[in-house]
Amino acid sequence: MSTKLKAADIVIVGLGWTGGILAKELADTGLSIVVLERGKPRDTNPDFMYPNIHDELKYAQRHELMQDVSRETLTFRNNSGQTALPMRQLGSFLPGEGVGGAGVHWNGVTWRWLPWDHEPEKMTLARYGKSAIPQDMQLQDWGVSYDELEPYYDKFEYLCGVAGKAGNLAGNKIDGGNVFEGSRKREYPNPPMIQSYPGQLFEKAARSLGYHPFPGPSANMSQPYINPDGVAFGACHYCGYCERFGCEVNAKASAHFTVIPLAAAKKNVEIRTDSRVMKVNLDAAQKRAESVTYLDAAGREFEQPGGLVVLAAYALGNVHLMLLSRIGKPYDPVAGSGVVGRNYAYQIGSGANVFFDEKTWMNPFMGSGALSMNIDDFNTGSFDHLKEGFIGGGGISTPSAGGRPIGFRPVPPGTPAWGTDWKRAVVRHYNHTLAINNQGSVMGYRQNYLDLDPTYRDRYGRPLMRMTFDFQPNEQKQANFLADVCVKIGEAMGGERVARRGAPQRYSIVPYQSTHNTGGAVLGTDPTRSALNPFSQTWDVSNVFVTGACAFPQNAGKNPTGPVAALALRTADSIKRYLKNPGPLVPA
Amino acid sequence: MNGAHYVRGDFMSDHEGVRRRDVLKGLGVTGAAVGIATTAAPPALTEAQAQAAPHAHTHPPERNGESANIFRYFTPPEAAVIVALVDTLIPKDDVGPGGVEVGVPIFIDRELAGAYGRGARMFLNGPFGEGTPQQGYQLPLPPADLYRVGIADLNAWCARTRDGKTFDQLSTADRTAALKALEAGQAEFRQIPSRTFFGILLQNTMEGYFADPIYGGNRNSAVWAMIGFPGAIGMYADLIEQYRNKQYVAAPKSIQDLS
Repeated sequence: MSTKLKAADIVIVGLGWTGGILAKELADTGLSIVVLERGKPRDTNPDFMYPNIHDELKYAQRHELMQDVSRETLTFRNNSGQTALPMRQLGSFLPGEGVGGAGVHWNGVTWRWLPWDHEPEKMTLARYGKSAIPQDMQLQDWGVSYDELEPYYDKFEYLCGVAGKAGNLAGNKIDGGNVFEGSRKREYPNPPMIQSYPGQLFEKAARSLGYHPFPGPSANMSQPYINPDGVAFGACHYCGYCERFGCEVNAKASAHFTVIPLAAAKKNVEIRTDSRVMKVNLDAAQKRAESVTYLDAAGREFEQPGGLVVLAAYALGNVHLMLLSRIGKPYDPVAGSGVVGRNYAYQIGSGANVFFDEKTWMNPFMGSGALSMNIDDFNTGSFDHLKEGFIGGGGISTPSAGGRPIGFRPVPPGTPAWGTDWKRAVVRHYNHTLAINNQGSVMGYRQNYLDLDPTYRDRYGRPLMRMTFDFQPNEQKQANFLADVCVKIGEAMGGERVARRGAPQRYSIVPYQSTHNTGGAVLGTDPTRSALNPFSQTWDVSNVFVTGACAFPQNAGKNPTGPVAALALRTADSIKRYLKNPGPLVPA
Repeated sequence: MNGAHYVRGDFMSDHEGVRRRDVLKGLGVTGAAVGIATTAAPPALTEAQAQAAPHAHTHPPERNGESANIFRYFTPPEAAVIVALVDTLIPKDDVGPGGVEVGVPIFIDRELAGAYGRGARMFLNGPFGEGTPQQGYQLPLPPADLYRVGIADLNAWCARTRDGKTFDQLSTADRTAALKALEAGQAEFRQIPSRTFFGILLQNTMEGYFADPIYGGNRNSAVWAMIGFPGAIGMYADLIEQYRNKQYVAAPKSIQDLS
């Protein structure tokens, strides 16, 4: 049945930001590299051309660029007392599929996570002691500090042409930038984007309250840009079609026109699309990966042997492949043993909508995915969060990401959902409303995890992955506290009405919240609490490396693409070290 | 950058069919009956060939407007119910256009006749169980089947509770009251939860009302004009600063306008 192919030195699974970065960086070794991508080949021309790409129904509602769950999905339940049921259509999060992955339809928000996010256990113990940590919270460090990751954050920002303003240059705090960020060695490669009117209102209100507003770091180009690899970017049109769309002018940094073509141009790199990896095959001792099995577009099965396997799929896909392939011991929340599936986390949202009079014009359709004003005064590590009764925090922002009307129709609470009164409210408020959002951190918990479902199987006969997750009281306190801050900012803006959005009671997989799924195969220095060592190498199978947001032991109050890409760049360096002397980079 | 005249596959197959038929009629080819499944259109003529055809632009299809109003998926009694439902959800009033006049029933019909209606991107493997609200949709029905079952249930419930009448036979006030009962989950349907049917109906109605006109709703971009959304054009780099806190007025442009 299976056709065995010629061996490659390195097999990379997935071709989004992480797979693209690894293929490009490892191509320099001259070793033979095969990259397997489950979806289609895609490029700016013809796939994202204007005006067809400005189609809200096709891309934002029908998820043209995203994972097809008729083929692969997962099951979900809020807690282990329930029976998990399949996610039958996309909702809460939107993984990508095809060349470029989710990095095609992202917004371009490119943060460095705060130093606290990399070492929360160490910093919490130092400041508050062990008793501050809730009993079921599994707070743990990456084993990679912010300072160790800084050169890779820097490299990705220049790769992407990120527009922004530094707030901490080599320890010097700079007003107008994010004074809470970790120390950076140099300024962003591009100046901040043109701020929108809602962003200006946010800035003024936040400043009046004594907070420290700054423009969000944006991989939407504030001017034409050529990156250090010689890749040209167009200037952003502020068209408002970023999130869930591809960019027709390459003004939004994406892997499909940066790292991927550079990798593909190398003779030693072969990219195979429509190649859906089913599992990684280990040797009898389960100590070494020998090959991966995949299906092509016609459903034919192939075995691709490789000396080294890199899992670079979406966070959830990596964990699924590890569970199916028995790479590492599956996590058991009852026994508290095992590591694969451990510390799955998400983010929690709250905020406020501010409704203005009819003489205040927001022009919500003028914007770009990462255009925003922000404060980090209440983000992780920026303030005394334990005094407020929780661990963590969140980023607060007013985005101007577009006003596409199927998705963006703000009306005050209490407005009917249909009929003449509804229509009147939509017309009244469409151009006169802004949002203030909290993007809240979520820590790892004993009871939130991923494993294989005992009942449901995908189209290829494999068990679906099962997600068990709910919001915990610590996070709900945080989201409510930050919602109150959002209301304060809203009231300082001078709108007619501020509508608070408090913490959700339960996590639901139905409404869209964020494609920021983290954990399940986390980094760490302790093999009993982490699936990967600090070099992204699996503890148990030393020729398998895993990269992506699955490696984050907890989720932060910031979008994850910055640290995902920085970690991929660092993983490439770690793999180069491994190749010189194959074996565990850290003794287990 | 304005060079993308090709029509994509996948979700757009319906529109491809419409355009092919219209072009064929413009050429005097009359074999394709109006209002039947898209597969009736002869597949031999490629889009590129059609666009290169000399008469395609000089003889616009005469019956274009009529074919746009013919239902493909819904039966006539079902279509009457959908028109009544959309007219109740988004009535024509002094605020702006009604859902029916801008083509929302046709939009829903076209969606259900295509990949979306068949649940092409849904996971529909069993076993099927009733979940919690947080677990989402768990019925074995793709959207097209959900509408068929839902309309039958709705009519049966109306008949039981409202003197044997189907939904479209109700007065305006009774239609509104009935929809409020569905929205609240208080209407007892025989086969599916009434609130589930209401949910997909409201979602698709809003999609059709606000989507690009290429999908059959929001005709003439009238809904975009109502709210002041400029549509698919999206060129604001030189305007975002200039129009801070100022009204920006522009006639909305659809994808077809820009193609």
